[in-house]
Amino acid sequence: MGSYITFPELLIWLPLLAGISCFFIKQVEGAKSMAILASCIVLAVSVASLFYTDASKYASYNNVNYYWLKHIGSSFYLGLDETGRLLTFLTALSFPIIFIATQKNNYKNPGAFYGLMLLTMAGLMGVFVAIDALVFYFFWELALIPVYFLCSRWGGEKRIQTTFKFFVYTFAGSLLMLVGIMYVYMHTPQRMFGDGSVSEHSFALQSFMGALLQPGEQQWLFWLFFIAFAIKMPVFPFHTWQPGTYDQAPTAVTMVLSGIMVKMGLFGVIRWLIPVLPAATSMFANVVIILCIIGIIYASCIAMVQDNLKKLVAYSSIAHIGLMCASLFALNELSVQGAMIQLFSHGINIIGMWIVIDLIERQTGAKHISQLGGVAQKAPVLTIFLVIIALANIALPLTNAFVGEFLMFSGLFKANTWYAVAAGFSIILAAVYTLRMIQKVFYGETNSVTASVQDISFVEKASLGVIVIFIFLLGVMPQHIIEFTKEAVTALITLKK
Amino acid sequence: MDIKAYLVLSLTLFTIGIIGVLVRRNAILVFMCIELMLNAVNLLMVAFSKMHAASPVMKASVTYASDAQIFVFFIMVVAAAEVSVGLAIIVMLYRNTHSVDINFLNRLKN
Amino acid sequence: MSNILELVWLIPVLPLIGFLINGLGRNNLSRGMAGIIGSGVVLASFIISVMLFIQVKSGANFDRSYFDFINISSLQLGFEFKVDALSSLFLLIITGVGFLIHVYSTAYMHDEPAKDFAKYFSYLNLFVFSMLLLVMGGNFVIMFIGWEGVGLCSYLLIGYWYKKEENTNAANKAFVMNRIGDLGFLLAVFWIIAKIGSVNYDVVFSAASLARFSATDITGITLLLFVGATGKSAQIPLYTWLPDAMAGPTPVSALIHAATMVTAGIYMIARSNALFSLSEFTMTVITIIGLATALVAASIAIRQNDIKKVLAYSTVSQLGFMFLALGTGNYVAAVFHVLTHAFFKALMFLGSGSVIHAMGGEQDIRNMGGLHKHMKITSITFLIGCLAISGIPGFSGFFSKDEILAGAFGHSQIIYGVALFTAMLTAFYMFRLYFITFTGKFRGTHEQEHHLHESPAAMTIPLVILAVLSIVGGYIGVPEALGGNHALAQYLSPVVKSAAHHLEHSTEYILMALSTVLVIAAILFAWMKFKNYQGEGEATGFGRILQNKWYVDEIYAAVVSKPLAALSVLMDRVVEKKGIDGFVNGVGRAVNYGSRQLRLIQSGQVGAYVLLMVIGMLVLFFIQLFA
Repeated sequence: MGSYITFPELLIWLPLLAGISCFFIKQVEGAKSMAILASCIVLAVSVASLFYTDASKYASYNNVNYYWLKHIGSSFYLGLDETGRLLTFLTALSFPIIFIATQKNNYKNPGAFYGLMLLTMAGLMGVFVAIDALVFYFFWELALIPVYFLCSRWGGEKRIQTTFKFFVYTFAGSLLMLVGIMYVYMHTPQRMFGDGSVSEHSFALQSFMGALLQPGEQQWLFWLFFIAFAIKMPVFPFHTWQPGTYDQAPTAVTMVLSGIMVKMGLFGVIRWLIPVLPAATSMFANVVIILCIIGIIYASCIAMVQDNLKKLVAYSSIAHIGLMCASLFALNELSVQGAMIQLFSHGINIIGMWIVIDLIERQTGAKHISQLGGVAQKAPVLTIFLVIIALANIALPLTNAFVGEFLMFSGLFKANTWYAVAAGFSIILAAVYTLRMIQKVFYGETNSVTASVQDISFVEKASLGVIVIFIFLLGVMPQHIIEFTKEAVTALITLKK
Repeated sequence: MDIKAYLVLSLTLFTIGIIGVLVRRNAILVFMCIELMLNAVNLLMVAFSKMHAASPVMKASVTYASDAQIFVFFIMVVAAAEVSVGLAIIVMLYRNTHSVDINFLNRLKN
Repeated sequence: MSNILELVWLIPVLPLIGFLINGLGRNNLSRGMAGIIGSGVVLASFIISVMLFIQVKSGANFDRSYFDFINISSLQLGFEFKVDALSSLFLLIITGVGFLIHVYSTAYMHDEPAKDFAKYFSYLNLFVFSMLLLVMGGNFVIMFIGWEGVGLCSYLLIGYWYKKEENTNAANKAFVMNRIGDLGFLLAVFWIIAKIGSVNYDVVFSAASLARFSATDITGITLLLFVGATGKSAQIPLYTWLPDAMAGPTPVSALIHAATMVTAGIYMIARSNALFSLSEFTMTVITIIGLATALVAASIAIRQNDIKKVLAYSTVSQLGFMFLALGTGNYVAAVFHVLTHAFFKALMFLGSGSVIHAMGGEQDIRNMGGLHKHMKITSITFLIGCLAISGIPGFSGFFSKDEILAGAFGHSQIIYGVALFTAMLTAFYMFRLYFITFTGKFRGTHEQEHHLHESPAAMTIPLVILAVLSIVGGYIGVPEALGGNHALAQYLSPVVKSAAHHLEHSTEYILMALSTVLVIAAILFAWMKFKNYQGEGEATGFGRILQNKWYVDEIYAAVVSKPLAALSVLMDRVVEKKGIDGFVNGVGRAVNYGSRQLRLIQSGQVGAYVLLMVIGMLVLFFIQLFA
């Protein structure tokens, strides 16, 4: 416990406090500025944390351990490691972009809207820095609940139905995980706290990794955890909550959901599933990978025939996430490194996609491909941004996603040739549905729906510009992010042995 | 005297009570059947109490034997209170609806 | 001059800068400025390339890694360039022909709005950048970056007039078909990574690495690489995008779909000749595919009436010849043909552009005729192109095609026979095109005839330069049989080891004479048939099949696209909505239904409650009794 406040705490408390105070702001502009300001400060903190990575020198900056529920062996234990740093940075970067890009959307009761958004941010940050299972679970739910209210109050016309499904589905998954956590907890060794008190069991990650579990127990525990994470990601066949929710949620929330929240599932696999249950992981890795690959092809096929733009992006996201999940389970250096890069890249790219779709929907009121056309004539700059982001989404070289996908595919190839061959078809299918979307929405002649489309304003240019800069930066010089995550990758793949 | 006789009598009374509650629709008869069941239990209590008091194990402490008999009085008191309240309700119902048929009186749920 | 090696990075970076300036400043640049910037950067790259070529010719080699692209313990991958004899030759083609086409474009695209004009040049520059990356890359991944990059630019330029759905359909088709090939390429790269852990050419082609590959590995990798090549270089089964790609502006067809991008597959295989030579099976496959493509495309070209479509099929056919050369181990001949083909095919495409320009956008040769009178320079240069592609002695195509045919003869006489027949077809359809377009009477509208004119100098000068090159370009590869020393083969010898069979000089003379006679016969036949072309009747029988391009597009639609779409719809409507989501919703519904049923017990009948209570007591009683 340091005598000063640490990065993980700042990352959680700042959005939490800002979020709570946002509830009391009545004016639209006030709440909006508060949210933008708070998220920018968090971004600044996160950027600062990138410079204090050296664990040996700055341990007291990055770790904090409050004695919380000592008698049951839980402590408020937070820490920033490489993966956590990457994802907190993604979160911190995404929220200002989301707030700025969607600021023209009007919400009734804006204080509550922005407050809930910031609470979600706090929950996400907590998930990415928690080292204690109970704290992890706490933040896991904290991130979910505000989203429920956001979707059910500010969503589209079918919001109640879809949000209910989304909530019950993900919550059921969480409960499975809770059962898993409790079971592992009962098998952890006793824990000695710094002040000499002892608890019988412990919720700390280290204790979880040292839990005495029989192979048979590991096997069913694996599925408890995996299903919880798989629903969150989502992996085929647990994905059906997602397209509807993405479609119905307000776009700002969809951005959070697709850009960051799905990463919670992947992060859970990296931080908890593989380290805690290594034997079961290597046992079931092939099953999971095959499931993911089916999902990749399946989701890509469905994306090809989607007319709803938002659902199209949702299905393409299922395909991308499936690839990342498969790569994590392939557990070799290439694939895991690729997945790490893609964790970040996918978040950035998909938020960019949503920004463009939001701009179009806000101006035309249409979100169906068949209604649109000829947007390129009216909004050339928007089109350029969209084309860049869409091409990044299909992993064109020199964009960020290429590096990630290239490494992931080569890792999968190394694990099993046929995995890469089967999953590789998604490269073709992705091109088909993305180009079809570009063609039908942006090219061609304008129609009555798109005739009044305006090109984008400076603010939107700026937020999309940031995304494009990241796309090329990581695409041309990925070695920086590789260096940044190298240790996490090594740590993960050595668990296999 | 053999305890079995008391048991059989008590069981018979109790069964008559239950069947009465189940099949009769007149509220007063249902009420009487409930009383019958209570008294069947009372009889059982007294019988057991006497039996235990007579057994050599229990002789040392009389308190155990008297416990059940205290309960019997307790039940009688409660039953009396119940009867007074219950009959009052039935009377009020009869005044309002001119019926004491319990199947007719299930309107409360709406 | 040694410092020129320090400037190598400028060769691709200059077009990139041009792309950025034109792309970002497109709203503010005038047409003139955009044209000057666009062409200027390519010219600068060309000058550096020439100087580099001179260095390489005198034995210099350039290998440099600029920064780490991906560096982890199982894969070290630098952003590295390699310039040797092979790539420096391609650099010259790309920047040289590229520059001419840029200049030509300034006039051809002059009717476009200034904004789109700058956009066009930025795309062209981006293309040149990608193509340069492709050939300069020092490893397979850098090559792949360029490989996909040129595919992207091709997509953007085919769909340049994006308002017409036909054009964007063609663009999508090109990109997707290229992607199918790219998947093959990628899988090959993954295979190499899995075996060697490196993709650097020098490492992969070193004897030590080659020894680590099993026979299956080599065959698998080379076949997959070849799949990549069939996509990019429009070979069977992935060739159908190229004719459709003619929807783009004509200079684009000249640059991308004739001279440079489509030859990327040949470059890649020539670059990897160390691998390919080890797999007998792959080489046979390449030979057969190349030959089949050459024949099929040539047969289709006979019956096409769109001036650009004829040239497109001719390109596919010529690419087939190049693959035939590669398959017979005749790498030098393939590269040689790339070079000469770049000259004469770019010339003919630009010539056709000149014709289209004069005809006000008309592309159907049935409405042309007698254009020679009106546009002499175009006509004569086009004729030179036709003579070159037909392989008339003295023109560049003669030398390169003859070398391919000789190699094929050494390999198998049947292959030679088919190739020779295809060469005859080539001469026939090219001269059919020439006679219908430039001789006879004009068949278009009166307005068009009035409008006919020779194109401006910016268009005719590149034509003349390319025409000269189409004649003299062949003399760098004069075979020994004709008293030459084949300068090109010697130049390429450090990189490309030719495994072609050597023929007796006397045999070669016979082959040359035979092909020359047959080609001239074909030309004469075309002359007789088409000198006074007045339109022909509806095609019947076999001609109809050819006119409809062997129905390949329709077959692909029926076998691949439609079933896939139907399957996707099935997945969406049935598996997803009814199956998986149906199950999820079913769980919810089951809970709902169960609750509804349970609610019925709560009837409000006191008797029912009592009965249930009694039953419950009895159950408990019996449990107690028997447990």
